[in-house]
Amino acid sequence: MKVLVPVKRVVDFNVKVRVKSDGTGVELANVKMSMNPFDEIAVEEALRLKEAGKATEVVVVSIGPAQASETIRTGLAMGADRGILVKAEGNVEPLAVAKLLKAVADAEKPGLVILGKQAIDDDSNQTGQMLAALLGWPQATFASKLEVEGSDFKVTREVDGGLQTVKLKGPAIVTTDLRLNEPRYASLPNIMKAKKKPIDDKSAADYGVDLTPHLEVLKTAEPPGRKGGVKVKDVAELVSKLKTEAGVL
Amino acid sequence: MTTLLIAEHDNASIKDATNKTLTAAAALGADVHVLVAGANAKGAADAAAKLAGVKKVLLADNAAYAHDLAEPLAALIVSLASGYDALVAPATSRFKNVMPRVAALLDVMQVSEIIKVVSPDTFERPIYAGNAIQTVKSKDAKKVITVRTSTFAAAGEGGSAPVEDVAAAADPGLSSFIGEEVAKSDRPELTSAKIIVSGGRAMQSRENFAKYIEPLADKLSAGVGASRAAVDAGYAPNDWQVGQTGKVVAPELYVAIGISGAIQHLAGMKDSKVIVAINKDEDAPIFQVADYGLVADLYQAVPELTDALGKLGK
Repeated sequence: MKVLVPVKRVVDFNVKVRVKSDGTGVELANVKMSMNPFDEIAVEEALRLKEAGKATEVVVVSIGPAQASETIRTGLAMGADRGILVKAEGNVEPLAVAKLLKAVADAEKPGLVILGKQAIDDDSNQTGQMLAALLGWPQATFASKLEVEGSDFKVTREVDGGLQTVKLKGPAIVTTDLRLNEPRYASLPNIMKAKKKPIDDKSAADYGVDLTPHLEVLKTAEPPGRKGGVKVKDVAELVSKLKTEAGVL
Repeated sequence: MTTLLIAEHDNASIKDATNKTLTAAAALGADVHVLVAGANAKGAADAAAKLAGVKKVLLADNAAYAHDLAEPLAALIVSLASGYDALVAPATSRFKNVMPRVAALLDVMQVSEIIKVVSPDTFERPIYAGNAIQTVKSKDAKKVITVRTSTFAAAGEGGSAPVEDVAAAADPGLSSFIGEEVAKSDRPELTSAKIIVSGGRAMQSRENFAKYIEPLADKLSAGVGASRAAVDAGYAPNDWQVGQTGKVVAPELYVAIGISGAIQHLAGMKDSKVIVAINKDEDAPIFQVADYGLVADLYQAVPELTDALGKLGK
């Protein structure tokens, strides 16, 4: 079984993003970029399936600017076998990403696609579900456990009330939640090896997908600020303030 | 112009998330119909019919909708979509799962987790874990929207809409339900609790959550939350996680205990009306958003607080 893992290049999760003063977006110049953390979990899970003999090949694919090849290299350094870069400039919405990924999946014919549940830049939480819809495949989002049963999958999902376990007929889509695994760090020898692994260069035009956004971004603003209040000296003062000043007790 | 609100419910009754989403749906300016998809869900449909301003309730009562499977539920919503200009649902785990599938089947770009309706086609939504707010205008003729319920007031009762049965859509049969582990608790649900007590990594163990956090929560009739660090460490179950990727809450009072205040946690609770932080590190970022901060060892301060509330008759 081949496993396809889409990965996104995003602002590193440690960076405190700043909104541009003209309201056109957030500051991306000279900002550290990394693989979306949920996608790292997806790569890790695919690698574990391969190491357990359940998967034969792990292919990472990224849609984005030329620099997204660095994100693919990160996946290859973790242990993925090869990469596919679909070059696309500017803001590519989840729906367009899902259409491009469908085209890639049609060509690659994976038994499983594992994606991060959301990207930490636009926080849309859509691409996996949309890809499942376009392929007509079943989906299990927010996975905390994944088991392969022949060509099917048993997936435990994190839901509002606790955990839910579903069975999917393969081929299928799984999106990762935080507790699925802890991604490995790439070792130096593997980083060196990754430089020789192949990355297939494609462009969005190769697949005939229209990338025109459906959503027009009118502006990007700072969230309303919240100021810190006072420090209280002890529990008695805290209780008294909550009772008389805040009126919440 | 009609909007279809897809209800969050437990078959017997409507969840608070539905009341809040109704406020957002009504702001689109069109009539609102409510879809209740479930199994033996007549009770929920009757409750939806009483919501103020709802014009009609559609009840899809079928075993296929018993377990929140995305594929049959998406097929049902798509089968009804032609009669509506907007499909709106709360951003609960059920609809985070299903609505993007609906959107893609309709070739629509979903607007996720809106926090404000600016006009019927323009919305505000948080990006970068709430560090920026984007205003987006949808060019799709049909809108697919999920709503971050913590930022909308709950609509009340006062309606008496008719309930109409709708046929189940063909089940694609791609997935099946195996089981679930749903925590049974008498405490209020996090997303509708008036007061929340949350613990962080400093709790050090599951036992300490039970010994320190839960008695305080019980005194306050509060829901119990946790930071991602505490959940990752196994001190608390995943459904307690408050934060950008967990639950987003906005209670009257949020008590953060032993929580440093990582950006992604703040994103999940900074709209709370009053925030209290107890942490022994006086430089913890949580103090930058807390209305009342107490720099103290939680293992002393929390039992003291629980006792003090007891003396107040709590």
